[in-house]
Amino acid sequence: MPKLQDLQAHEVVQGIKEGLFTAEEYVSSVINRIEDVESKVRSFITLDSERALTSAKLIDRKFKEKEDIGQLGGVTVGIKDNISSKDIRTTCASKILEDYFPSYDATVIRHLKDNGAIILGKLNLDEFGMGSTTEYSRYHPTHNPWNLDYVPGGSSGGCGAAVATGECTVSLGSDTGGSIRCPASFCSVVGLKPTYGRISRYGLISYANSLEQIGPICRSVKDIVMILNIISGKDIRDNTSMSSSPITINNKLDKFDIAIIKELIDGSDLEVRKTVYSASEKFKEIGCICNEISIKNLHYALPSYYTLASAEASSNLARYDNIRYGFDLPIAEYKWDTYFSNVRKNFGEEVKRRILIGSYVLSSGYYSKYYLKARRLRSLLKLELLKLFKKYDLLIGPTMPILPFKFGEKIDDPIKMYLVDINTVLANLAGIPAITLPIGFSNGLPIGLQIMAAPFEEQKLIDVSNALENTINIQRRPSLI
Amino acid sequence: MSLVMIGLEIHAQITELKSKLFCSCRGNYRDLIPNTNICETCCGLPGTLPIINKKAIEYSTMTSIALGCKVPDKIMFYRKNYFYPDLPKNFQITQYNVYGFSSIGVDGSFELDDSKKIRISRIQLEEDPGRITYVEGGMNVSNSALIDYNRAGVALIEIVTEPDFTNPKEVRLFLNKLSLTLEHLGICDTLMEGSVRCDVNVSMKGGNKVEIKNINSFKEVEKAINYEITRQTSLYNRNIKIESETRHWDDRKKITFKARSKEEEHDYRYFPEPDIPVIVLGDNFVSNLKDHMPELPNQRFDRFVLKYNLSEHTSNILINDKKLADFFESTLKVYFSPVEIANFLITDFKSMIEDDSDNTDYLRNMKVKPEHIAELVKMIEGNKISRITAKDILVKIFESGILPSEAVNNTNSFKIADEKTLMDAVESVFETEKSAVEDAKRNHEAINFLLGKVMKFTNGRADPKIAMRLINNKLNKPDA
Repeated sequence: MPKLQDLQAHEVVQGIKEGLFTAEEYVSSVINRIEDVESKVRSFITLDSERALTSAKLIDRKFKEKEDIGQLGGVTVGIKDNISSKDIRTTCASKILEDYFPSYDATVIRHLKDNGAIILGKLNLDEFGMGSTTEYSRYHPTHNPWNLDYVPGGSSGGCGAAVATGECTVSLGSDTGGSIRCPASFCSVVGLKPTYGRISRYGLISYANSLEQIGPICRSVKDIVMILNIISGKDIRDNTSMSSSPITINNKLDKFDIAIIKELIDGSDLEVRKTVYSASEKFKEIGCICNEISIKNLHYALPSYYTLASAEASSNLARYDNIRYGFDLPIAEYKWDTYFSNVRKNFGEEVKRRILIGSYVLSSGYYSKYYLKARRLRSLLKLELLKLFKKYDLLIGPTMPILPFKFGEKIDDPIKMYLVDINTVLANLAGIPAITLPIGFSNGLPIGLQIMAAPFEEQKLIDVSNALENTINIQRRPSLI
Repeated sequence: MSLVMIGLEIHAQITELKSKLFCSCRGNYRDLIPNTNICETCCGLPGTLPIINKKAIEYSTMTSIALGCKVPDKIMFYRKNYFYPDLPKNFQITQYNVYGFSSIGVDGSFELDDSKKIRISRIQLEEDPGRITYVEGGMNVSNSALIDYNRAGVALIEIVTEPDFTNPKEVRLFLNKLSLTLEHLGICDTLMEGSVRCDVNVSMKGGNKVEIKNINSFKEVEKAINYEITRQTSLYNRNIKIESETRHWDDRKKITFKARSKEEEHDYRYFPEPDIPVIVLGDNFVSNLKDHMPELPNQRFDRFVLKYNLSEHTSNILINDKKLADFFESTLKVYFSPVEIANFLITDFKSMIEDDSDNTDYLRNMKVKPEHIAELVKMIEGNKISRITAKDILVKIFESGILPSEAVNNTNSFKIADEKTLMDAVESVFETEKSAVEDAKRNHEAINFLLGKVMKFTNGRADPKIAMRLINNKLNKPDA
């Protein structure tokens, strides 16, 4: 039997239910793992081991008293620190929320708790989710567990690293333009960005409302399904949420029509390209049809994405004025004429940049030139993708066009940084589901395959991912740790 | 100076709503301890999302229908971005008319009188901000401000008119009619403090437009406009250019003053609210609402005149005070005598409550109920008490709340119809008013004086018909 902290979520629940180990033993083993690796990886902003152990004891008592411990009884979950958690500090990796302790749980956290999951702490990210490396965290960077000199991806870098190292069983991230898939790919774990509306956003601290979704980052497809089913569903607190049917793990695979997006392959590093092609060969082996196709409007994706995301962000982040909550400020600083500008200096550079861009594209005279045009391009792209799904079941390509890179490599050039999101923003612009699966390594650095499907066709993603996961045999645990 | 153009921007709270526009906090925030009627959503805590109050959409649609506006098939909400400490999210969720989408109502018109209509440019649904109190006086002098978010998120209907008014009187007439309409629709209790506010723009001779904000009651609007016309006239006469600017109304000093310069930089960066998807109202929404809409003031007027045979004058007095009109109709349900009850209410009854007219809920808190008035009028009509007695009884039951019949019993004030008792009264009047009796013999008109004396002698309880007959009889008797 593997070490306790290496178990997958379904194995944890099963083990506790069968009395093989207690929840307390399991949670302690995870905490031990954190103590071993956290100083190297730095996944967490806030760790709440004490409360986690208390919750574990509660589950053990329930088990003893023959009560239901819940579908996730004993599973430890790390939460990206932009999801509101009652009484656990929630910072968005920003100094502007340094002392913010929410009074409520996000809907997803409520679902997790209701099903026996244990919230272990809050995971690192780029400030407010704006970034692709977690270098923009205003607390500390997170390190890639496969090579500590490399970035873990972002913005949910803490989620990717913590799941890969076993610092938690599973984690919840958020994905506005690739923030789940990028770190999942860079850390060699599975990450799903669900269809827009499948999961309630209530409690997800908005960066760009029309683009983002909460989603699971796990060590297996099976765990993804387990978490997804529990956090999905219509929520009366979120107008944009919808009900959906539960996903199952099927061992039989339909003969899917799969399209490889040519532009995304062509735009990738050679090593990435090779690995993705070999994965597509595996699809053929398991009975699928693979063709290469083009997306005509692909070059509109990034400009459209960054215009819209920044516009929404500039408005969403306006509320951080430190009047009702935020950080400690001496009363003398509260001066009518200088107050806002003074307080808002506390944003990091990247956040300021996006607020400025967003304010600019929404200002009178520029609204139709930038914002409105970006919306039209978004519709155009969405239409093109939905049309492709009439012909193909799935679209595939590399999750990231490049391998994980070293700290500082792109941080001085925002455009270079934005360009790495080209493969992932498509799914957000179109509101479609997309999953990333680990498919191999190059020089010890992970490579991920992205699979996209039509809205609410997560079942297809899961079927094909499950089949692929069973055929690909790669290293699952970073050896550095 | 002529050619004054005045336009209005009215904000009316939907005071009838149980909850706020986007959360379940109470719609009525009044008389609560500051910052106790708040939740995560109306405080704009990170991660919260607005949930639209469906009833608010119905109410704002009814307003649009009543003001002759077109209601679109689908509506959406926009964010209006600006920083102000009373605005929890630093943007207001409102509506905006652009790119094929419109707010809940557009292009309406509202009849001012038979000869004039005021065009309504748009009606929109939006959220109210919180409230700022300046501790040491006004906003320009205070060193600190207190913020109460109890009001934040309350549903507001914004009504914007074209600049069709040419004098403050028209504005007052419009606001009165509008208040009445909102009250009849059951949308806004306009007498509640702060439930209606009005921004005014005034321009003269086609000159620059001056906007006056912060007029917190309809009563003050006329004063603010008069002040502004005087101010602009005097500038004009001295050849000083009238600046396009925003001014505030100081309701203590009764003057307008220039706002902080920053408030004039209007770039609200409107864009569609991503958290509220487009709302499709559907084909039957408007027609269904129309069918079930409460009666409007002019419809009620017609009904009062036609069904109850009330005079136009009486109908107007009743309808201009919606609560009184409602009281009238409740009374009719107990005892159906419309003309008598209406007259009693607009004369004796109304004069009693007039002194107390600042009390907005006077009819609800009053001890006198429709049942009381019904009984009282029934006794008048049944000849049990005189009109004069009825007035006295009203005073008594106003204080005690006992039934009129009980009050009449207690004070023994039934009409005196017994001829013997009345004859005694007539005789003693004839005794004391000898010269009047002589007058009456020659001049028939003077008989009324004698009747008055008899009434007075009986404390108003004498049945006037019988008393009159007895007086006449006595005058015609030779021994008198």
